[in-house]
Amino acid sequence: MDALYLNQFLFLGAILFCIGVYGVLAKRNAVIVLMSVELILNAVNINFVAFGAFWSGQPGGSPISGTVFALFVIAVAAAEVGVGLAIVLLIHRNRKSVDLDDVDLMKG
Amino acid sequence: MTVLGAAVAQNIFFYVIAAIMVFAAFRVVTTKNVVHAAIFLVMVLAGVGAQFILLAAEFVAATQVLVYIGAVVVLILFGTMLTRAKIGRDVDLTNDYWFVGAVTSVMLFAVMGYSLWDAFESTPLPEDTRIGGVNNTAAVSDSIFGQYLVPFEVISVLLLSALIGAIVIARRD
Repeated sequence: MDALYLNQFLFLGAILFCIGVYGVLAKRNAVIVLMSVELILNAVNINFVAFGAFWSGQPGGSPISGTVFALFVIAVAAAEVGVGLAIVLLIHRNRKSVDLDDVDLMKG
Repeated sequence: MTVLGAAVAQNIFFYVIAAIMVFAAFRVVTTKNVVHAAIFLVMVLAGVGAQFILLAAEFVAATQVLVYIGAVVVLILFGTMLTRAKIGRDVDLTNDYWFVGAVTSVMLFAVMGYSLWDAFESTPLPEDTRIGGVNNTAAVSDSIFGQYLVPFEVISVLLLSALIGAIVIARRD
């Protein structure tokens, strides 16, 4: 209890990542799969910023890269959720359900 | 009488917020109500913002709250509203092979946890985690408009193309 440890943040990122992986693999609703992808991206962001804080005290390495990369991940995630939800809306318009188990044929 | 340092308070806040985040993330993937899942996701995203502030990255924390909670979750809730089943059909949200997903997730965590413990066992973070001694906003702005200018412009074009693409995909014609 005398300092913050790097492993605390990395383990937190790992737990969130694994919960997100379970959500992507095991859920049927397309919107919940998108939410699980957001969980994965946030876990990765925690990793980036934790390493940015770690390298701020060490010689060598570029500590600002972690924070800047986390910002780019946030921007890309926002774009991806926008396009992903547009696709989900189109699926719902054509099939009246967003159950991913029904989307199993390539032909529309 | 010993004076408790700031690290004790940081650790307490870290563990409390991390426990809330893990519980909320678990509830995102196990709840039967899609709107409840969105609200638990808000808890996770707010917790991630709090962890960023613990790591002295306040610009990323503010951006996280603005972009994720303010835009992405609202977008997800709109998507939920527009894709609800018309007749109140009771749809189970978990598919038949969820057990394979659970086993995969546990094995992935075991591998990651072992490699993290092996590599970074008890490596402390420095006392002052500000980058370059300036606050996070100054360091990020120096970097985005200096070293990382080209990726910054590319991200702008990406957001524009995503906006146009989403409109083209989802319009009625």
